[in-house]
Amino acid sequence: MMKILVCISNVPDTTTKITFTNENTQFNTAGVQFVLNPYDEIALSRAIELTENGNGTVTVINVGEISTEPTIRKALAIGATDAVRINAAPHDAYYVAQQIAAYAKDQSFDLILTGRESIDYNGAKVAAMLGELLDIPSVSIIKKLDVDGNAATVEREIEGGKEVITIPFPFVAGTAEGVAEWKIPNMRGIMSARTKPLAVVEPVEVKTLSDVVKFETPTPRGTVKLVDAADPEKLIELLHSEAKVF
Amino acid sequence: MSVLVYVENAEGKFKKSIFEAVSYAKAVANQLETNLVAISIGNVASSDLENLGKFGAEKVLNVTNDKLKTFVNQAYASVVAEAAKKESSTVVVLSNSFSGKGLAPRIGAKLEAAVADGAVDLPSTDGGKFIIKKTAFSNKAFAFVEMNSAIKVISLTPNSYKIEEVVGSANVEEFTSDIKDSDFKAIIKEIVRATDKVSLPDAELVVSAGRGLKGPENWGMIEELADLLGAATACSKPVSDADWRPHSEHVGQTGIAISPNLYIAIGISGAIQHLAGVSSSKVIVVINKDPEAPFFKVADYGIVGDAFEVVPKMIAAVKSLKANA
Ligand SMILES: Cc1cc2nc3c(=O)[nH]c(=O)nc-3n(C[C@H](O)[C@H](O)[C@H](O)COP(=O)(O)OP(=O)(O)OC[C@H]3O[C@@H](n4cnc5c(N)ncnc54)[C@H](O)[C@@H]3O)c2cc1C
Ligand SMILES: Nc1ncnc2c1ncn2[C@@H]1O[C@H](COP(=O)(O)O)[C@@H](O)[C@H]1O
Repeated sequence: MMKILVCISNVPDTTTKITFTNENTQFNTAGVQFVLNPYDEIALSRAIELTENGNGTVTVINVGEISTEPTIRKALAIGATDAVRINAAPHDAYYVAQQIAAYAKDQSFDLILTGRESIDYNGAKVAAMLGELLDIPSVSIIKKLDVDGNAATVEREIEGGKEVITIPFPFVAGTAEGVAEWKIPNMRGIMSARTKPLAVVEPVEVKTLSDVVKFETPTPRGTVKLVDAADPEKLIELLHSEAKVF
Repeated sequence: MSVLVYVENAEGKFKKSIFEAVSYAKAVANQLETNLVAISIGNVASSDLENLGKFGAEKVLNVTNDKLKTFVNQAYASVVAEAAKKESSTVVVLSNSFSGKGLAPRIGAKLEAAVADGAVDLPSTDGGKFIIKKTAFSNKAFAFVEMNSAIKVISLTPNSYKIEEVVGSANVEEFTSDIKDSDFKAIIKEIVRATDKVSLPDAELVVSAGRGLKGPENWGMIEELADLLGAATACSKPVSDADWRPHSEHVGQTGIAISPNLYIAIGISGAIQHLAGVSSSKVIVVINKDPEAPFFKVADYGIVGDAFEVVPKMIAAVKSLKANA
């Protein structure tokens, strides 16, 4: 029986136009659709595949306020066994990792999966922090995950290639594309999600290490300089002598 | 006090992003009026270590323990954290490479240090605060993160800080540390690295193509253009989903994010999720037959035209440019 924990975050949909309020100190959530982080969906999909045929359980955990529950229900609809919500705003990656570590430390999970990064803060930090806090191995960006008994073989992305690594349970891994295909919840999943257990746990005290004090949107580019299709030489010339990129 | 920079090597060699990290760390050390110490783990030639002095390192801690020949983030984090303690470092700098991403958060958690991932600029230290600018919301914004911990860990986005040479050479010292066996549970079975090609995250120039190319058999001209420019190749998500190209080339919100000096997008529409991975490129060039393609809105240069006609002409133009150089 494999016991898997999947960490899920609730993020603005990928098509969201990002704006800020309060003199650029707060993300403007007005009209924003929140979704399950796409990489976490990959983690969840793989966890469900690995525990198919009843040989394990998949718990999803989220550090978030009550507004994240629709996303948690979506994870249950996709096929998680049960869910935990740590009732707190996710202050930063360290805060999130501390909360999850506090929950996971006595639960003897074999495998803890996260997404490679959350698409809002793009930190790619929670997996490795969690590994450190639990004093177990972590691999931050994996493209493949196979389990054999009490160990797994993963492929880690490196510049221009990959590393194949074997790791005994328990460990933490952050999943990227390639690990699994996205799963779409079916009707039965959606129905059963309503009655699956969702435990709400109060947060532990954690020291604040960082605060986001301001946001900025990138300065827009000037208008595009169009070159005639019959004259690509001109483009190369511009890139060479005007933009000076080669 | 000191600033510590971890200098990652790939098969014993330092890449450009490491010189950027050292230059950056030197600038931080100057800001804080303190020294810069580098730490290298694995087998790097001593001349290469001394050479780090040219970018501002005064001392290099060299860790050559046999067990640490290949990168295991858990063990490497222990070594770097120990060095940081020994050198009373208040800032630890790394390159935000794939390995850096696995390492920085572990070092941070060990030292109870805030971690700024993917910094794109020097910290602002006005008024005793320490604030770092980093990308957020998949390149759609920047966040300014105030770091409140005694020690700060910063991982620097490749290609976002200029290498600065100084006069100097570094003293190399052996550094040993006891690492517990439990740090070595992950075992590397195989490392596959294409060394003959420019790797995408490190690349200064990138030639990328999308579904407009119709099929994998048409990538010859993309590769030829990239080779001529010394550029890496990239692609849009549907292209790698269809296995026309490897997943490692997929850029965007769900692929990798890059910030090269030049990004040439050929036959890519410019969907918001694609832009998320490439919009911080310094110069963007778009080749698309549809004048309404959204990519033109964020491009610096463009050609409205058929890739199959335009790209061969670009190749010819680069060849003649090179011949005349
Ligand atoms: C959650 C989520 C995450 C996603 N993540 C990513 C991501 O990380 N990266 C990514 O790329 N996409 C991502 N997508 C997909 C994205 O929305 C687009 O579907 C995708 O980027 C389109 O790829 P494309 O531009 O190659 O293809 P298309 O949209 O089909 O565009 C092809 C373009 O080629 C042009 N063209 C056709 N023929 C020619 C020719 N002969 N010469 C010149 N131009 C020609 C067309 O005019 C068109 O603009 C994601 C989507 C979702 C929902
Ligand atoms: N609030 C949260 N609750 C639970 N898991 C989270 C939360 N935030 C981030 N994670 C997990 O950590 C991963 C990496 O997030 P980040 O370090 O923010 O990029 C995500 O893909 C999630 O799996």
